[in-house]
Amino acid sequence: MMAVFKREFGAYFKGIPGYLFTAFLVLFTGVYVMVNNLSGYTASFEYSLKAVSFIYMVAVPVLTMRSLAEEKKQKTDQLLYALPLRMSSVVLGKYLAMAAVLLVPCVIIGTYPLILCAWGNVNLLMAYNGLFAFFLLGAALLSVGLFISSMTENQVASAVITLLVLLILYLLNDLVSYMSPMSRASFIALTVAIVLAFLLIYLLTKSLAVCAGLGVLSIAGLYVYYRLEPLPFFGGFANVMRRLGLFDRFYAQLNGVFDVKHMVYFLSVIVLFLFLTVQSLQKRRWAE
Amino acid sequence: MIRVSHLTKRYGAHTAVNDLSFHIEKGAVYGFLGPNGAGKSTTMNILTGCLSATEGEVFIAGHDIQLKPMEAKRHIGYLPEIPPVYADMTPAEYLKFVLEAKRVPRSEHQKQLADAMAKTGITYMKNRLIRNLSKGYRQRVGIAQALMGNPEIIILDEPTVGLDPVQIIEIRELIRELGRDHTVILSSHILSEVESVCDSLLIIVNGKLLAADTKENLTRRFAGESKLHLLIRGDEENVRGILNGIAGAVCIRMEETEETGVWHAVLIAKECADLRENVFTAFASAALPLLEMRTEKPTLEQMYLEMTTMAGREEQRV
Repeated sequence: MMAVFKREFGAYFKGIPGYLFTAFLVLFTGVYVMVNNLSGYTASFEYSLKAVSFIYMVAVPVLTMRSLAEEKKQKTDQLLYALPLRMSSVVLGKYLAMAAVLLVPCVIIGTYPLILCAWGNVNLLMAYNGLFAFFLLGAALLSVGLFISSMTENQVASAVITLLVLLILYLLNDLVSYMSPMSRASFIALTVAIVLAFLLIYLLTKSLAVCAGLGVLSIAGLYVYYRLEPLPFFGGFANVMRRLGLFDRFYAQLNGVFDVKHMVYFLSVIVLFLFLTVQSLQKRRWAE
Repeated sequence: MIRVSHLTKRYGAHTAVNDLSFHIEKGAVYGFLGPNGAGKSTTMNILTGCLSATEGEVFIAGHDIQLKPMEAKRHIGYLPEIPPVYADMTPAEYLKFVLEAKRVPRSEHQKQLADAMAKTGITYMKNRLIRNLSKGYRQRVGIAQALMGNPEIIILDEPTVGLDPVQIIEIRELIRELGRDHTVILSSHILSEVESVCDSLLIIVNGKLLAADTKENLTRRFAGESKLHLLIRGDEENVRGILNGIAGAVCIRMEETEETGVWHAVLIAKECADLRENVFTAFASAALPLLEMRTEKPTLEQMYLEMTTMAGREEQRV
């Protein structure tokens, strides 16, 4: 794992991506801090972080797009398969390298609240709690990007799909608020979500019977629940989506509450997507 | 060293490797020979754990590659068809990465690096980016990668493809040298290459193993069918009569050459006997001039061609 980590981390700073990513985050956060805090006369550094978090949509694909897609394209993944390495340590090494790259701009950004202290009273605890949440949000988004990168061998496709997925995640809250809160609408939307989820699992596992079976069972269960108890379905879809959304939890953390629940959720997302990435790589060996 | 039993790999309806079984002993150079698409690379990918088999087992130094991949992979150095080198690293950095991934003790790094780079002739290139190296040098870096950790088994998939003639000779030289203290398996669709460096051959066509033996045994097995070519002057009936009268011989072909009255006949012996004297006395006593007599021994080349075309025809019939 260490070997992969060292190689990956080195590769990010040997080429452009590491610097581009760092410069991007540092620059945009700097601009927002300048506009909000310095020109806007507010001491709340977290507010700037909230405003700048959209930058992840562009910055995350910069790091993740080549990670596994390029290995596949250049056939260097064959080396990783042939070396006495577990797939999980390859994925973990790659992921930790990305997280370490993310740590670089976060450390630089970490000096901003101290600089702001020169002009007023900054609540440093809140500022750094916000920055920590900012880092965790980025780390979770990186795991999503890594997974998408493992499914294609085209860097551009990997970047575009990641951008789209992150865009949907970012706008999730606004999007679901446009949905009809009626129970039936919620039921239909949840059904569609289940179908999409199982379609993704099918693409990963190629086992039609299991996916179709579990999918039909889930939808049937949902339907029975909906028939028996339609009340929770009122606005239900929006509630579910809000709970799944990563950005909402980040915003909640910025209010100055260190909520372990959110931390656990971010970590769970990371573990889930790293697990899916390992599966997606293993699947290639089982090509039928 | 390597034991493969009933190995099968299917891609949907297509069977890439079909019920392959063979043993590979320690300390020799083995050649996987077969036309393009015969299943050589697929087999090698399965042997090295890059691909999983549909059926069958592979044991590397006593470890099942599916169940104990970590132990099995430690014994193998593998160069895939396309050298898996990172363009953004220098050969020295790249080889160090492989050493670390293979968990070679740090104290041995320097020595192994220097040895492998000297053997493959990349010492002068060690600080250039692999991106800027030619195909031949990338191939050498790939081979050096396979040598890292000093594995007992070295598997090379078409190691000389894309190299210039001088490089090909150098790489063959290197493979022969490696064969002294490693078990080397290489694949190729060029017979002369396998013939010049390998001790044993495994001939694979359409995913099936057609023959597996040492070079000498394979040649001997097919030497029984040596042919005798004759040029005789005379009229057709006389010549044919005498040919049929020669004991122990079967005439498989007879045709008139460009010269009128001169016949070209091809004989094969029924029981490996030497026909030359019988032929001479038969024609001499009939006072028919024997213009030329030549023995044609089958080469590995012909045997290989025959095998592959036969298998090809069978495939078409199916």
